[in-house]
Amino acid sequence: MKGRRWIGGSLLRLGVAGVALLWALPFGVLALWAFTRAWYFPDALPRAWSIAGWQQLLSWGSQFRAAFGQSLQIALFTTLLALGVGIPAGRVLGTRPVPAWLRLLLLLPIITSPLAVLMGIQGVLIRLRLDSTLLAVVLVHLIPTIPYMALVMGSVFARFDRGYEAQARCLGADPWQVWWQVTLPLIAPGAAIGAVFAFLISWNEFLLTFFVGGGRVLTLPMLLYSLLQGGNNTLVAVVALLSVVPGWLALLGASVCLGQAIGLPPREVQEGES
Amino acid sequence: MNSLNGRGAGPVGLKGIRQYGPLLPALGLVGLLYGGGLLLALAQSVGLYGLGERGFTLQGYGELLRDAEVGGSLLLSLRIALLATGLALVLGLGLALLLRGVGGWAIWLGQLTLPIPHLVGVAGMLLLLGPSGWLARLAFQLGWIASDQDFPLWVNDRGYVGVLLYWLWKEIPFAALVALTLLRGMGSDLEQQARLLGASAAQTFWYVTLPLLRPGLLATGILIFGFVFSAFEVPLLLGPTYPRTLPVLIYQRFTHINLEQRQQAVALGIILLAVSAAVVSLIGGLFAARVSFLQLPFGSAGRSPWRKP
Repeated sequence: MKGRRWIGGSLLRLGVAGVALLWALPFGVLALWAFTRAWYFPDALPRAWSIAGWQQLLSWGSQFRAAFGQSLQIALFTTLLALGVGIPAGRVLGTRPVPAWLRLLLLLPIITSPLAVLMGIQGVLIRLRLDSTLLAVVLVHLIPTIPYMALVMGSVFARFDRGYEAQARCLGADPWQVWWQVTLPLIAPGAAIGAVFAFLISWNEFLLTFFVGGGRVLTLPMLLYSLLQGGNNTLVAVVALLSVVPGWLALLGASVCLGQAIGLPPREVQEGES
Repeated sequence: MNSLNGRGAGPVGLKGIRQYGPLLPALGLVGLLYGGGLLLALAQSVGLYGLGERGFTLQGYGELLRDAEVGGSLLLSLRIALLATGLALVLGLGLALLLRGVGGWAIWLGQLTLPIPHLVGVAGMLLLLGPSGWLARLAFQLGWIASDQDFPLWVNDRGYVGVLLYWLWKEIPFAALVALTLLRGMGSDLEQQARLLGASAAQTFWYVTLPLLRPGLLATGILIFGFVFSAFEVPLLLGPTYPRTLPVLIYQRFTHINLEQRQQAVALGIILLAVSAAVVSLIGGLFAARVSFLQLPFGSAGRSPWRKP
């Protein structure tokens, strides 16, 4: 009995490892391409290795550096603005009765295609001479991020015990102190998740930037797109691999913030179970 | 201020503003950008605004009805989105059930797949599946094909194999991650109870596990469908030049020199939005509002809202 379970367990582990490997294939190929300059058809592995692609992209004044910087700027601004309006909105969504259609309305910009909206906005942005500016890109990036943040914060505030605030007020804290010393620390983990996702939405965004940036706002996805048209696989691979890094770092940061170590069940589930 | 208060309706209004006012900046910004853009698009699509303005006309929509390519593109987009959603949900759920006993690292690993930009995945797929991609090389080394001409066309192909494979690669882990999170939040008490009362494993799954997971899975399905249906860059780069999916068709018409095509593109954009909005609200938009964003990707978001206390 025990032996059979052990065999079953190892088979399961083998299967999971197989799935994980299959899933990692595109990344494996990118990683190989990133460290070679020429790799011709029948060779399953490159004959010569090289870090020329990395050197070219990471050198001073390269397009990659510019794109990385602009992506970072845009994503950070978008995240800050989304936090600023999303936290108050989330408080209402989470603590007051809000009609269902309002929630649905907030979901629409996240789920439906922004193409029509973009075509509508473009004319106005051109008239305001805002097209092809960072400001315009940040503005359109707010379309999916604000609703997302509001909904995430809504769920955070739905589980937030307002008794803590009342307690602090009773003990003589003024509203600012309550906000800084009670509310904010309590909602910080949820806000961190919201911020990570807002950052990632903006960081990964292609279509919105493509339409509004007019080819002049160069974010990483734009750079990758133009490299894909070009056909230099080494550069494509290096940029692709480097584009994933901040996302993973942000995710790691959020996990650490939440104290969610690998293999440990989330604390809340444990509490719910007991 | 005082006169407002004195009229009786004032306090209610003021209280309303105090209570719901914090919503205003968010609603205002989204309303201005999204709602405003949508209104302008509507106006453009009926010829009331923008380039090619010529007074109210439904010509843009009328021409679309007569255009065979439009119907084909719409069906193609719907087919890809439905197929990808269905397969991702079924395979993701299967994967989650397999991984259920494995431990927290499975969730953690699944989370790694979330922040990968689409273009990165597309680049990987092109280098993997392309005519001289790594799989073709492997097949050649193994002696399955004699030259790169023999490798099946899996990218930029009319069958949309590459696009579909990409979506499965991207969305199965997502669906599995959600299902795993839901399974964890659910616990196994109810299932054990069912087993103790004599239900078979299949019965337990069908009558206990699946109904408990359904709202969450539904929300996930809505998200995946909405995403795949309106995706632009993936079919643009991995799909063929013909037939085109609806978003790609819209883009090409919008950037066309012919202004009438532009008007058609805007009209098409509104149709695209209407179709996805209809599907979203059709399949229980309420569930999506409650479930999906409360606790989709992160295990820590924890308890399922429909779980009994």
